[in-house]
Amino acid sequence: MTVNEICERIEASVICGDASKNFDGVYVGDLLSRAMSHVEGGNIWVTIMSNVNVVAVATLTEPAAVVLAEEVDLQEDALKSAMENGITLLSSPLSAYEICVRLHNAVSEGE
Amino acid sequence: MPDTLKFHFDIDGSDFSSAGAASVMVKKKLRQLAYDPEIIRKVSIAMYEGEINMVIHANGGTADVEVSDEEIVIILSDKGPGIPNVELAMQAGYSTAHDNIRNLGFGAGMGFPNMKKYTDYLNVDTVVGEGTTITMKVKL
Repeated sequence: MTVNEICERIEASVICGDASKNFDGVYVGDLLSRAMSHVEGGNIWVTIMSNVNVVAVATLTEPAAVVLAEEVDLQEDALKSAMENGITLLSSPLSAYEICVRLHNAVSEGE
Repeated sequence: MPDTLKFHFDIDGSDFSSAGAASVMVKKKLRQLAYDPEIIRKVSIAMYEGEINMVIHANGGTADVEVSDEEIVIILSDKGPGIPNVELAMQAGYSTAHDNIRNLGFGAGMGFPNMKKYTDYLNVDTVVGEGTTITMKVKL
């Protein structure tokens, strides 16, 4: 299933990056060291953190996309860094919980 | 015998927005050199944690990475306050980061645990009031 395919389900818009990539798992969390060791390449990472350090962790862990929950404001330097490093960023008005529920349902239906 | 590849970075301790930049550069270099993704992941996690620690606690420092046929060695040196109790710092969840740091997403207390978990060798040489040198090795 591609990132594009779940955008509508989680009411997300693509801020930057390639949303045609497949994803194969989901991690939700805001503590960077936890994310650093648990986000697997190809995952979707759901977080309410939106600073440039999130982009650094994403650059190192290579998720298919980072979903910013609750439409948190993305800082300008974070957007610039994300674009430079080819990170796919999505923004959703939903809570992290609701995003995860909808992702679970979408993946379950797709199986 | 092939040469050992060496990389040196000065870690800016005053700028949280660039924290992790050295780790990202090492990762990109290892990717270009076609190293195993799992090796790259281990080096990335361990070095990132060490780099972040230097920015949070020690006002920056230096990072040296040496890549040989057998292993990747990461040496992080700072002239920060030192670590009074290394055993405590090694415990998962223990952190002395202040609230302003935690608000950025740091301070999970997983720095040293991650460095230990994702490397084959970890040595912490620290003197309170003088600084800390961390040596990590990932076998190839």
